[in-house]
Amino acid sequence: MSMNSIFQSGLEGKSDLIVSMDASVEGLTVQVESSVFRLFGRQIKEAVEKTLKDLGVTKGAVKVKDDGALDHIIAARVEAVVRKAGFATIPKLRVPSREPAVKDRLRRSRLYLPGNQPDLMINSGLFGADSYILDLEDSVAPDQKLDARVLVRRTLEMGHLFFRHCELIVRINPLSGPYGRDDLAEIVPALPHILLLPKCESAEDITEADNQTAKIERKYDIAGRILFMPLIETVKGVLNAQSIAAASSRNIALCFGAEDFTRDLGVTRTREGKETLHARTQVVLAAKVAGIQAIDTVFSDIADEPGLYNSAIEAKSMGFVGKGVIHPSQIPTVHRAFAPTHEEIEEAKKIVDAMRKAEQTGSGVVALGSKMVDVPVAERARKLIDLAKKHGTPGLEGF
Amino acid sequence: MQWIENSLGRKIPKEIDGRACKPFKGAFVDQGDEFMARRKISLTTAPGRINKIEKNWDALLDKLQLKSGMTVSFHHHLRNGDFIVNETMRRLAERGLKDLVVAPSALFPVHDSLVELIKTGVISHIEGSMNGRVGVACSKGLMKKTAVLRSHGGRYRAIQDGDLHIDVAFIAAPAADEFGNANGVLGKSACGPIGIALADSLYADKVVILTDGLIPFPCVPMSISGLNVDHVLVVDTIGDPEKIVSGTTQITRSPTQLLIAEMAAEFTEAAGIIREGFSFQAGAGGISLAFTKFLGDRIRQKGVKASFAVGGSTRISVELLNAGLVSYIMEGQSFDLEAVRSLRDNPRHVEIDPFISYCQHAKGCFAHMVDVAVLGATEIDLDFNVNVNTHSDGLLLHGIGGFADAAAGAGCTIITAPSFRKRIPIIKDRVTTVTAPGEVIDVIITERGVSINPRREDLIDRVRNSNLPLISLPQLMDEVYTITGKPDEPTFGDRPVALVEWRDGSIIDVVRQVLD
Repeated sequence: MSMNSIFQSGLEGKSDLIVSMDASVEGLTVQVESSVFRLFGRQIKEAVEKTLKDLGVTKGAVKVKDDGALDHIIAARVEAVVRKAGFATIPKLRVPSREPAVKDRLRRSRLYLPGNQPDLMINSGLFGADSYILDLEDSVAPDQKLDARVLVRRTLEMGHLFFRHCELIVRINPLSGPYGRDDLAEIVPALPHILLLPKCESAEDITEADNQTAKIERKYDIAGRILFMPLIETVKGVLNAQSIAAASSRNIALCFGAEDFTRDLGVTRTREGKETLHARTQVVLAAKVAGIQAIDTVFSDIADEPGLYNSAIEAKSMGFVGKGVIHPSQIPTVHRAFAPTHEEIEEAKKIVDAMRKAEQTGSGVVALGSKMVDVPVAERARKLIDLAKKHGTPGLEGF
Repeated sequence: MQWIENSLGRKIPKEIDGRACKPFKGAFVDQGDEFMARRKISLTTAPGRINKIEKNWDALLDKLQLKSGMTVSFHHHLRNGDFIVNETMRRLAERGLKDLVVAPSALFPVHDSLVELIKTGVISHIEGSMNGRVGVACSKGLMKKTAVLRSHGGRYRAIQDGDLHIDVAFIAAPAADEFGNANGVLGKSACGPIGIALADSLYADKVVILTDGLIPFPCVPMSISGLNVDHVLVVDTIGDPEKIVSGTTQITRSPTQLLIAEMAAEFTEAAGIIREGFSFQAGAGGISLAFTKFLGDRIRQKGVKASFAVGGSTRISVELLNAGLVSYIMEGQSFDLEAVRSLRDNPRHVEIDPFISYCQHAKGCFAHMVDVAVLGATEIDLDFNVNVNTHSDGLLLHGIGGFADAAAGAGCTIITAPSFRKRIPIIKDRVTTVTAPGEVIDVIITERGVSINPRREDLIDRVRNSNLPLISLPQLMDEVYTITGKPDEPTFGDRPVALVEWRDGSIIDVVRQVLD
């Protein structure tokens, strides 16, 4: 028995399982060990055998060491092992049902979830983020790219079970690298609302992704369903932000990534983030010109709640509509920061009221106290009230 | 074996090990009889100054007139840091004693070595809470007789009624004097209160204080009075107080636990429970700790003050006390060393025993003065019955602690738990074992929502217009099964390996033997 006939998938720990397969063994055997064996042993074995059968596997010694994984996770790990052993390729994919993505909606928080950690995905939909990012890129080690891709695909195929009606985003690997195209081929049919495209540096990057995506969409009869969020995280990307934003009608937001950007620039990332100020401004402006949203980078210290709040308030003041978050505990803080304040809402109500009265009396210019209210001021007030409504602020029925 | 059904439809033996079993009839049905314990007491006739110190273990054990079949008791205040249970039982085994009944208020993984003594017949069975391998041994039917599980209040009652007669009580004491007065707040092994041993000291035939902190008479405070103590033995060490820490004292980072704790805090506010002078109970463990912290935040925001907190305290509840958000902590046990220090130094941090907090023989116990108790569980069923003892695979892995007493007493009893652990659902048609009946459980809070017992229309009305997601238990069970699948039923043997007593001594359920 040579070592390279043994393949493995899955991680030690809660809600996962380790599947190993000795591909050199003739005949098919399945052996199950589980911490929940007395209650689920039979069902685990059935899930393994069904996946093997669906993939047409007829040989190999399969061993399972389970720690309470759900059936779709079991199927994902078995599939990954079978594909590593070369016994199957991408299976026939079925497109899950999903309501279409909405271009313009609240995107205050987008929670990053490492693509190869099933336990973090199971309850995530309950934590109240506006969007969830299932990540195949930086949080996944190179030797686990296939495992993560299969797990994320199978999670998406479960429809709404884990994420209810939240917006689902998948961060694929860069198309210029060794994994991006495989990600696209397998993830697009699973119909996430949005693909987060990392390390975008030019309009061509977006055009390329657009063309590739369109091809796959046509094959699965889901043309135009996938939207893009280009992630700007290099110096070149910042300088080309405007053409990147305009490169595809799929684009709904530009995101900024400070971690890679500061590395590319060769500077240290600080709590205050002055070193990225110019770049972030440029990303906001590029997004605005293209008529799409701008979303700020993550705040990496999950213990520093005041730091996160200040960072979100600053982002809001710069024109960003949201931030990335790396732990659910950051979600309420970010939402609080991006919500219109009581004072802002009261001021906006007064402006809208004053404008209405002016329209009734046919007067063009309105004064509110010592300030003149003109069209842009009124427009901003209306937008703020719309935003407050989306945040669930009560008492805005008449506005 | 003849079986009868109790009022929850649970089958219990009519009689077991020569003991007639009273079936459970309801949480507040008076099934008491007037039988109270009597103990052998003698006149103290020795003249002169009293000194009860024995010179070594052998001298002590020689005087105790030990016999096979006797019942010996211990408290669990040193939790997983206790050395005394293992040390004492080893010495009793060396003396060739057999068929001993061990009556600890709880056992921990540190006591796993007792399994050997069960196998060799030194221990016939345990009357008390079991954790870890001793619980597994009990589940597998290794004990000669049937174990008995009681709540803290139920244990006190059983001792008073003579249901649990203790021949010798071995009481580990971090501080004691030669007269036998003892407490748990002084000395190198300080562990907080030692009040759970109060009943043992009052009703056991012989009472021994084992201490590694001998101090000059008088040892004050006198948590255990020397007036009830026969012997004092000074040992090198009674345990490792660092290990009294129950789980973690840090606020959990588990988003699911945080979500549940936040929902529980939000519920208490929405239900109008957080008001001037209210009181609460919450223990250790991830969700409870986070709940206590979030509750403190809401008390502060509302500008009110709680009158008292009860139950095992921690760094978090001490912070509330020090911040003036709660007037008193009534301390049954300490779950970390910060709580031990506060109990020793802060006059508003008060030691209480299970008679005060939980016992039905008291003319009203403090549990009934608590407005809201937040407790954990391993399983809950559609009738709101709660299991805290066994896991869904049938293994007996936890004691009752104060669960039954706190649940029965509190104005609002909230169970917090994740709706499934790994892939094991906690909501079931029928719990594996009933620890407490649904009639004393008011609210279940999982990460998937708040389920209010339909009996509590008042609570439903009060939170109806809040943002809390309300979900019925059948809905919740279906939702969880969609995610986890429905588990298979484990197979059990016929033999009951443990009786689960309700507070009043009636049998609410039995734990059945788990077959391999």
